[in-house]
Formats: sequence, C-alpha cells, structure tokens
Amino acid sequence: MGKIIELKKVNKWFDKFQVLKDIDLDVAPQEKIVICGPSGSGKSTLIRCINRLEEHQKGNITVDGTELSESTKNIEKIRAEVGMVFQQFNLFPHLSILDNCTLAPIWVKKLPKKEAEEVAMKNLTRVQIDDQALKFPGQLSGGQQQRAAIARALCMEPKIMLFDEPTSALDPEMIKEVLDVMVDLAKGGMTMIVVTHEMGFAKEVADYMIFMDEGKIVERAKTKDFFENPKNERTKLFLSQIL
Amino acid sequence: MKLIAKPSKENIKTYVPTGLFLVFLSFFDVFANAFFNFNLMAFLPSQLSYFLPLLLGFVGFYLIRIEFSGVHSLDILNKNINSNNFNAFLTLLTVFIIIKSIPPLLNWFVLEANFVGDSKDDCTGKGACWVFIKVWFNRFMYGLYPDGEQWRINTAFLILFAVVGISFFVKQKIKKYFILFLIFVYPFLGIELISGGNFGLKYVETAAWGGLSLTFIISAFAILFCFPIGVFLALGRRSSLPAIRYISIGFIELWRGVPLITVLFMSAVMFPMFLPDGTFIDKLIRVLIAITLFEAAYMAEVVRGGLQALPKGQYEAARSLGMGYWKMNLLIILPQALKLVIPGIANTLLALVKDTPLIFVVGLMELAGMIGLAKTNPKWLGMAMEGYVFAGLVFWIICYAMSRYSQNLEKKLSTER
Repeated sequence: MGKIIELKKVNKWFDKFQVLKDIDLDVAPQEKIVICGPSGSGKSTLIRCINRLEEHQKGNITVDGTELSESTKNIEKIRAEVGMVFQQFNLFPHLSILDNCTLAPIWVKKLPKKEAEEVAMKNLTRVQIDDQALKFPGQLSGGQQQRAAIARALCMEPKIMLFDEPTSALDPEMIKEVLDVMVDLAKGGMTMIVVTHEMGFAKEVADYMIFMDEGKIVERAKTKDFFENPKNERTKLFLSQIL
Repeated sequence: MKLIAKPSKENIKTYVPTGLFLVFLSFFDVFANAFFNFNLMAFLPSQLSYFLPLLLGFVGFYLIRIEFSGVHSLDILNKNINSNNFNAFLTLLTVFIIIKSIPPLLNWFVLEANFVGDSKDDCTGKGACWVFIKVWFNRFMYGLYPDGEQWRINTAFLILFAVVGISFFVKQKIKKYFILFLIFVYPFLGIELISGGNFGLKYVETAAWGGLSLTFIISAFAILFCFPIGVFLALGRRSSLPAIRYISIGFIELWRGVPLITVLFMSAVMFPMFLPDGTFIDKLIRVLIAITLFEAAYMAEVVRGGLQALPKGQYEAARSLGMGYWKMNLLIILPQALKLVIPGIANTLLALVKDTPLIFVVGLMELAGMIGLAKTNPKWLGMAMEGYVFAGLVFWIICYAMSRYSQNLEKKLSTER
C-alpha cells in the first residue's frame, strides 16, 4: 500500500535548540497513529511540520505525493487536504459556527455558497451541533467549540486529519463528547495522526503508537504490543506514570 | 465620650431632617449668591461666609450618612454621592462650581449677548456679539466661493446625506452598491460639481474654496484614503519580506516624526520646486495628499496594535484551512483586528478632523481659518472670542457625532460577549 505521508530524516531547530532529530515516519492511507510522550518532546512540532505550520530545516516531508518545500502553491494545496484541530479550538470568533465552516470551502475550494452550506450542515450534524449552527463561538461550551472546530476541518473534505492535543483544554466532562466524535471519524476510515494523552482513546482506535522523547521517536509499535510489552525503558517508565 | 452619636438607625428621625436642612441651606446659599447676588450669611466675615456653605453641606452630608437606613432613596443617595467624607466633599465642590459658573456663562452666551443688527456697533451688551457670526455666516460655511454658485456645494452635500441616509434603510444586498457608489463614484462626482469647469458649470478655483464645506471636503477625502493606506502599511510592517517591512517602517516613522504643519508647508512650498517646469498640481490636492499620508502613518500604528492583539491561533487556523496571505488577512485577521481598534481608529480620525485648521499655513482657509480672517477685518476687530467659541462648538458637534457613531459600530459588531 502506498504511503500518504512520508517523513525522511526530518530535523528542526528553534534557534540552537534541536526539537526534531532525524524523524522517520510513514503513514498509509486510513491508518490511525497516536503520538504520545512527555511535554517538550516535539510531538506538536512534528505534526505541525506535516502541514508546514512549522518549517523543517533538514530532511524531506512528502504529503500525498507532494514534497513540502518553499513553494507557497504547494503548501496551500497540502493544507487544503490536511485538516487540523488545535488544542485551543481557534474558531473564528467574529463568524457564526456555520460561517466558520463555510468560509474556507467557499474561498479556498471555490464551492458555491449553497453547496458549502449543505456540506457544513452535514458535518455539523455528524458532530451533533447542527442546532448551534447560527450561534457564535463565544456562546458555545468548550466541548461544543472543539466539535465545531472538527466540523470546520472536515468541511474541506481532507484526506488526513491532524489533532494537536484536542482534549487538553477541555473540562473533564466534555472530553468524552469530543473523543466520541473522533472515534466515529476513525471508524469512517479517515487517516488520522493524533497527539494526545488519552490512552483509552489510543487503545480503541490507534493502529500504531509512537512514543517521542527529546525530539526523537523512541518507540513505534502496534498498539497492542506498545501497551502490553513496551521495549524501551523510557517508554515503560512513561506508561507506568500515566496508566 | 463622644459629643454626638454616630449617625445610625436609632437617631434617623432627628439626624436626617437636620442633615437635609443643612445641605439645603448650603445649596441655597450658593444658589442665591450666584444668581441673585444675595448673601445669606453676610453677617459673617467675608472669607468665612465664602466657605461656610461647604462646611454646612459637609456636616449635613455626615449626618445623613446612615448605612442600611431602610429608606430606599436615602440609601441610593449615600451610595452614589455620599459614600465617605472625601466623596461628600467632592460632591459639594462639584455642585457649587457648577452653580457658580452657570450665571456668568448664561449672561455671556444669551442674556447679555446681542443677536440683532448687522455691524459691530449694534453690539452694545456686555456679552457675546453673535451679530458677528450672523453677518459672516455665509463666509464661515463657504469661504470665498462665489455666492451665486453656492448651490453646487449644497447639492453635493445633499446628495451625500441623501445617499448615506437611504443606505441605512435599504436591505444588506443593495447596501453594498450604495457603499461602492460612495467610495468610487461620489468623490469624483462631488469634486466635479464643486470645482466645475465642465457641463456648463463655471470653474471655481480651489483658492476660493473654504469654510466649513472645505473642512468637510478635506476630512472626507483624507479619511477615505488614509484608512486603506494605513491598513496596507500595518500589514507591510508585519510582512515577512524584509524589503516591504523596512519600506513600511521607514514610511511610518518618517511621517510620524514630522509635525503636520511642516509637512503642509513643504507640500505647498517646497514640493513644486522638484516638479519639472510647466507641471502644476493644485495646492488643495497637494495638501490633501500630505494630510492623507500623514494620518495614514498614524492609522497604520493603530491597526498594527489590533493585529498584534490577535492570538497566533487565528493565523494558524486560517493557514491550516489552506488560506493564502490575502485571504487570511481579509477574511479572518483584519475583520477582527479592526473591530478591536475601533476606539483607536475613531481617535485618529477625530484628530484628523481637528487638524484641518492647520491648512492655513498654505493659505487655505476652512472654518477656523475663515474666522481668523474675519476677526482681523477692521470693522470687526475684537471678535476673536465669539469666533473661536463658534468654531469650537461646530467642531465639537462634528467630533461628538463621529464618536457616537464609532461607539454604535462597536456595539453592533460585538459578537464575543
């Protein structure tokens, strides 16, 4: 099976500090990958490199057959195909939920307004906030906002979804509603890369687990192997602390 | 042992009437003094009689300051203007100053002022000579624009007000055509009408333009153009392209660092020297460009403040949806940033309107300039006070209207709360 994302020897520095060290990673279509690791290990930076919110300085990143390089046209094309969900939701506060969802399809994909609204309502129904479509983000709870953010990303009909700690900014009772949506998405066959500490979610949907520490991929294993017999000492220590 | 018991609910029956009486006495004394020149306490030494009302009121306020008295209006009064000794003192001082200043102002503005007549000799009273304003009113509005042609200015402004007025009542869909008309068609139409030279209209050179209409013309054009230029400069200053960034910084810092009066002087006097022989750019246009660029530099910094206040997540979310630089800025960033800085924008535009009198340095005379001219007329010497009070009032009305409009806009656009 072909690879939809390929990272080869990716290195990145913030000034002198190296955040990513020789990262190699392949993702096949429809694969779900969960990345975990202690804070500051470079997890978020890694997935932000995949849609070039961060630039890598060395190595190659290929997404859906397109190499990420300086060319802006490439980058915008990739970003339109890669949906991203942020820790802080980042909904556009000056637009209603519906407008949040239709803005990019109308202006980037040039969809007619009517069609964009149909797509938006379909996705809002999927994340179960279709009744909130005309409200503004500030009027929604955290869990609702994050589901709206997921719907917004889905409206671009992406091939890949990136999740950057999607539940870390939520109150405990709202985490489940967001995870439910993500599980549903995973079962629908979406290619997903998720940075999260929700190990229950990981066990349920992930094909592969990746453990990162100090900018390196320490361990990559099938989910079952990862939890039942981790090979690396650092992984064992991490798992013992969070499980 | 205390001489008097602390005001409390027990002694409310005696303290409140006494206190209110003292407060009333003090107000009455100041009032009688100011309006009827009648000194209730003239039997006292003069300094004491001057400060006695303050003392009486102070004691009175102390006596009525009863916490949780149970009387609703008393509680409200205490909470708002009499919460402690210092506030009671401030209340008294404010009220006394207002009462004391009303009669002289009233006298000057109305009671002893002169309204009828057509020359300085008709002003016999001690107050303001509004005859001056009345006689010169036409000049204050239209400058030296020929009397017979003034309907053109009126028509131009009537069209403007009509279009703006109607646009408030039409549907959103048609409204955008009104706005496009106002921005792209009306300015040229209006200038054509006022300037003339075509369609059988007599040409009126810009040196004859003046008065309040010129204030409006300059303000409107400068506002119209300085706003987009300012936005571009603000974006340019935050650009990742060094050439654009440094040009923007250079431009902003250059114009911000120079007083407007020198900019105007240079635009009128020095700039023509650099032009090739035979080319001529109208003085008013040069002044307009100078004011526009000057205010654009300020506008840029105001807008930049808004851009910087937006969380980084907004940029990232827009980019992650595949938006390029312009789409991101026009659809996501600027609508939010501009909304944040409406007070700052209003501030800059108000300053712009109030800066227009400075065009006197190049010989153009808007409202304040015309007043300056009129007060030096030998027949009307000594009318500076009336003139500038009038100018102040007119500018205040314009600026207050703008300020209210900006507040409404802020309220209308607020979605967060």
